[in-house]
Amino acid sequence: MRMRPIAMVCFAVAAVALSLSKGALPARADEGPRVIPVAARRFEFSPARISIVKGETVTLRVTSEDVTHGFFQRDLGIDADLAPGQPADVTLTPKVAGAFTVICDHFCGAQHGGMKMTIVVE
Amino acid sequence: MTDPINRRGFLKVTAVSLGFGALCRVAPLLATPEGRAVARSLSRKNGEAPRPFSFVQMSDTHVGFDGAANPDGTRAFERAVEQINGFKERPDLVLFTGDLTHDSENPGEHADRMKRFREIAGRLRVPLVKMVPGEHDAGLDGGALFRDVFGDSSYSFDHRGVHFIALDNVSRGKPTVGAAQLDWLKNDLARFPATAPIVVFTHRPLFDLRPDWEWFTADGDRVMNLLSPFENVTVLYGHIHREHSRREGGVEHHAARSLVFAFPDPASGAPKKALPFDAAKPFQNLGIRRIHAGPGPARPPIEEIELTLREFSGTVGLQQFSREGELS
Repeated sequence: MRMRPIAMVCFAVAAVALSLSKGALPARADEGPRVIPVAARRFEFSPARISIVKGETVTLRVTSEDVTHGFFQRDLGIDADLAPGQPADVTLTPKVAGAFTVICDHFCGAQHGGMKMTIVVE
Repeated sequence: MTDPINRRGFLKVTAVSLGFGALCRVAPLLATPEGRAVARSLSRKNGEAPRPFSFVQMSDTHVGFDGAANPDGTRAFERAVEQINGFKERPDLVLFTGDLTHDSENPGEHADRMKRFREIAGRLRVPLVKMVPGEHDAGLDGGALFRDVFGDSSYSFDHRGVHFIALDNVSRGKPTVGAAQLDWLKNDLARFPATAPIVVFTHRPLFDLRPDWEWFTADGDRVMNLLSPFENVTVLYGHIHREHSRREGGVEHHAARSLVFAFPDPASGAPKKALPFDAAKPFQNLGIRRIHAGPGPARPPIEEIELTLREFSGTVGLQQFSREGELS
């Protein structure tokens, strides 16, 4: 069967619209915020420094590889407990630029006081 | 007629900085009929009238620490004990505000360090020695070793009309006091009038001193809310390895120096790193502060005394705390 020209145009427009919707809106909803994996282990976070754009929503997926740690930053409203092997998602949208020091606030050993990372908000 | 229980200046709690802590004096004004009436009133409300005495705060001895920041180990702690024993005015009690020991992954080694702490502290020739844990004592085992050796990590007692409260803000791993201890504190305070002199001793600061250096207690504001009705509250703490005083909401907070190493002033921009050890001045920043206290409105003379190899030295002082009591 041969399609009439007008029907072919309608089909093409519909196909493009469907294509756009598949490639944009649903995909954005599925993706959500950017996820940044962070490993916690005595006595460091890895990476030790990450950068975020001001206003960007990101999720830090923080996983302890050994003992219970804390993940704390007062100004960014971060306060998470990190049980070993259980990822904790910390989602934030920084409103202010600067360098923020995140500390482990669950005592984890002699070098606990040096366990920290920096979140740079640009 | 003047209400005899509404007089300012009845009670002064003041302190001599010992560098590693403070020699504190409680000096009620008992020389006048009004003062004696106030004392009788407080005695009825509080169970015991305030009487003059002095006490010492020591902190962060970190027995077992072995690092470049202090290769001398317990030398400063032992020297401080000698100096306290040499005081002409014998303190009634000594309070240790945590980090008695440096932590160890080996429980047996940690127990040995606690035993060593007890041995040195046991040389103190004072009637009463009390302590709270720091995170290096209690952070890895939830305070089990501390409680085995010293009993409860939070408790209270009365001494010559002053109510002392030991708060544990380290045994939960995180810097918190916790709901159970807050309930206990609320009940503990219930029997006291607003004018009762109260000394809280704990390890971490109960306010946000420097959260990114872990110099805070997450629920410290809830502690302070419970203490807010009281007019004569002093909080002594350690943890920050340097002197610091702050008045928050009418409450005096005072940190003592460590007896092992000092941290820099955060305001200087320096990183949180122990100040370097100087073999020529092994007790640098581990000195003694003394405040001479007495009744009356005048602030007491103060002397700052460095803990030295031989004798006290230094004269620059800093009053650690002094607040007039007012009965209502």
